[in-house]
Amino acid sequence: MGLLSVAIWLPVAVGALLLAAGRDEHANAVRWAALLGALAAFLVTIPLATGFDTSTAAMQFVENLPWIERFKVRYHLGVDGISVWFVLLTAFITVIVVIAGWEVVTDRVNQYMGAFLILSGLMIGVFSALDGLLFYVFFEATLIPMYIIIGIWGGPRRVYAAFKFFLYTLAGSLLMLVALAYLYVKSGGSFDIQAWHKLPLPLSAQTLLFFAFFAAFSVKVPMWPVHTWLPDAHVEAPTGGSVVLAAIMLKLGAYGFLRFSMPIAPDASREWAWFIIALSLVAVIYIGLVALVQQDMKKLVAYSSIAHMGFVTLGFFIFNELGVSGGLVQMISHGFVSGAMFLCIGVLYDRVHSREIASYGGVVNTMPKFTAFAVFFAMANCGLPATAGFVGEWMVILGTVQVNFWLGALAATALVFGAAYTLWMVKRVYFGEVANDDVRTLQDLNAREFLMLALLAVAVLAMGVYPKPFTDVMHVSVTELLRHVAASKLP
Amino acid sequence: MNWPVVLPEIVLLVMACVIAVVDLWVRDPARRPTFWLTQLTIAAVAALHLLHADSGAVQSAFGGMVVGDPLGHVLAFFACLAMMVAVAYAQPYLASREMLKGEFFTLALFALLGILVMCSAHHFLVLYLGLELMSLSLYALTALRRDHATSTEAAMKYFVLGALASGFLLYGLSMLYGATGTLEIPAVLERIAAGQAAREALVLGSVFVVAGLAFKLGAVPFHMWVPDVYQGAPTAVTLMIGGAPKLAAFAITMRLLVEGMAPLAVDWQQMLIVLAVGSLAVGNLAAIAQTNLKRMLAYSTIAQMGFLLLGLAVGVVGGKSDAAANAYSSAMFYIVTYVLTTLGTFGLIMFLARDGFESEEITDLAGLARRRPWLAGVMTVFMFSLAGIPPMVGFFAKLAILQALISTGTTGHIVLAVVAVLFSLVGAFYYLRVVKVMYFDEPQQSAPISQSPRLGGLLALNGAAVLVLGPLSGGLLEWCRSAIVAVLGA
Repeated sequence: MGLLSVAIWLPVAVGALLLAAGRDEHANAVRWAALLGALAAFLVTIPLATGFDTSTAAMQFVENLPWIERFKVRYHLGVDGISVWFVLLTAFITVIVVIAGWEVVTDRVNQYMGAFLILSGLMIGVFSALDGLLFYVFFEATLIPMYIIIGIWGGPRRVYAAFKFFLYTLAGSLLMLVALAYLYVKSGGSFDIQAWHKLPLPLSAQTLLFFAFFAAFSVKVPMWPVHTWLPDAHVEAPTGGSVVLAAIMLKLGAYGFLRFSMPIAPDASREWAWFIIALSLVAVIYIGLVALVQQDMKKLVAYSSIAHMGFVTLGFFIFNELGVSGGLVQMISHGFVSGAMFLCIGVLYDRVHSREIASYGGVVNTMPKFTAFAVFFAMANCGLPATAGFVGEWMVILGTVQVNFWLGALAATALVFGAAYTLWMVKRVYFGEVANDDVRTLQDLNAREFLMLALLAVAVLAMGVYPKPFTDVMHVSVTELLRHVAASKLP
Repeated sequence: MNWPVVLPEIVLLVMACVIAVVDLWVRDPARRPTFWLTQLTIAAVAALHLLHADSGAVQSAFGGMVVGDPLGHVLAFFACLAMMVAVAYAQPYLASREMLKGEFFTLALFALLGILVMCSAHHFLVLYLGLELMSLSLYALTALRRDHATSTEAAMKYFVLGALASGFLLYGLSMLYGATGTLEIPAVLERIAAGQAAREALVLGSVFVVAGLAFKLGAVPFHMWVPDVYQGAPTAVTLMIGGAPKLAAFAITMRLLVEGMAPLAVDWQQMLIVLAVGSLAVGNLAAIAQTNLKRMLAYSTIAQMGFLLLGLAVGVVGGKSDAAANAYSSAMFYIVTYVLTTLGTFGLIMFLARDGFESEEITDLAGLARRRPWLAGVMTVFMFSLAGIPPMVGFFAKLAILQALISTGTTGHIVLAVVAVLFSLVGAFYYLRVVKVMYFDEPQQSAPISQSPRLGGLLALNGAAVLVLGPLSGGLLEWCRSAIVAVLGA
């Protein structure tokens, strides 16, 4: 069994065990088991980064076994410079999520922890699958635990949000299933993604495939105008659910663009790049404005996520290395930053049970340590230099300017809006006079909360100051991808 | 005379009679001796079929009226399995309602005998004989709850409409007989292929045959009986109707349409496509409006049958039957896994039911995850499997059908695949609602849930099969494929 298999199935196995054997009577044992499982799963993924060969674009840590003879699907796993960091990110965020839910979740603890661990394994599966059907199975299976998480531990409108989340995503991915079956037939009976990359296709077929994949991935990213499920899901989900959604699940869609849309339908991708760029710019600018007027902190961060993901898709579809690498860096940094923002909201929500900005004011007076973290993450969210948020946005803007100055200028306005909505929220929530008795009686961070925020703060700072390890790993794979996309695949 | 071909059926017939007599001396209200004897009999029959299926040989008996080929044996094997599971789920349920009489076992065995005859029939009359034996037994079983109005109404409706459908089928068969001059299925095929038969009579006959088959499968517009019977029959009988008979209906569809009328495929495939799209639309849309769980599952069955028919409708493309093995084996895999899932869902409803509380409404499942997490988990697996979400087996079944559709390469079939996929999105909604009720709602019932470890174990096993058979579906797919290939090659 290879490293990737262990990284996928270890959390799934621990999660299944918790579901089967865990009881609320011994909730503490369940929590510790979940933490140990998540930690072990994270440790397993570390050799993927340390042992990664940055000089080749080929897949590494490959496992390739026959799976179902009839469909000629194979259990084919592997990572390249594009996907390897997401495997680590997923495992890392899962550890944080387990810590974040420690005291907060008291009802059906085993199901909560089990669902997150299983979800973690499935998402790692999405990032490492090299077989189209295997990818689809993981991609779809992630819906089940998330549906349950939002529905059980969510807010008042959780049922609506859970259904919307599930059906929106399913609608998109079912069209992708048809596309996968089509590719299977066209390639003479193969679900191998890398074989599909080399498959010549006429432009009409490429266009249909491009839009089928677009249906699946744009919903997941989410891109304007199919983003409406995200604010609902984020607002209603429990803190851990929001963190995983923002930090990892959105990345599944963006990753899909790089693994499927661009290399399988390169001609259609170039043909329709203007379309994606236009939608991305709408997301960046319009959604930025929408975020400005939000009253609910979680909704604000949700809209900010959509805007940031707009940057990612923009970077991908300008087809230069700065853009694609910048998009990837932005995905990772957004994973840390948005996760941290949701955790901060969770910290406040656990104490006051309100997400309304208006319910707060002057939190710095009673929670100085917490405010320091919160302001730091807010700065990262605006893209302040020396934080992770800066690197990706800067690279994407540079890349866009190389292509077209005005596009770059439009994209750069996002930094203004980002700063506006984030800092305005910070001002209203954290600074000023103590607004009410709830705020007056707030307790500052406990050790557990301090630990989870500190871990993320270190990651955000490290990535902002020294992003080279990330870009080094990506460099060869991204160059290879761009070289591939630049060549026509028309027969 | 080739007796070994029909040995399992003979064993079953003899034992059905023996069990009917033995039961007269059984005083136990749970009828344990009868129950175990029945299970043992069916297990033996299943084992015999499995042995035959494994040998892969094609034999015929009674002058070609009966055939023993892998298709028949595999389907018969799964029908036996389904019947065993159905009887196991049914016994405590019926016993606690004082409905467990000896007749139940005898009728179940005769229904199974009819199913087995249908699986191995190679002659119109034998096929019809098996169909009527099964149907009459099922009509009687539906009316098992004699003093219950809904149940009686359901039985009445089932009987009248069933008789009508049998009439359709018989009328169609007689037209085929008139056109070809033979009742033997292989000979019918030969004469049609040789072009000796009047085409008008054949096509008209095939319309009636397809209508009769569509009724048995429960496809739109011949579906009206399904919701009423599923809801009205005692759940134990619903389970029986939803299980093995579907396999038998698939078997006679294969025998009549594929083995008997393959050269007419262009005609009956069009009919199947219309039936399929209608079933997908009506089944999925009507299921949304249901509040009764059994009725919702009935509409879901209709929709699932629509998906199955799509697999049967793409065997022959442009006069070539290269894709036939692929398409028909996908359909066979679909029906087998569907029956497996259905057994579990109705089994679970029975498990939750108590005397005076049928647990038939969707809201009766409220808060199940809190009360019995295991049961809720198993039901979730069934629901996601029916919705076609990976990694459950239902996804792989749908995938097989979609792949068969798309591999024909014609635009019309790709559009059909997209239509099927969009309707399964609609379907996902009502399956998700069941999960929602179990997990997100607060419990409304406080009465204890049955603790039977035997049934609980069976349910868990059933759930595990639906979950595990998905990723490990390779073996079963190959098995279905080799059975179909043997039929097509013959």
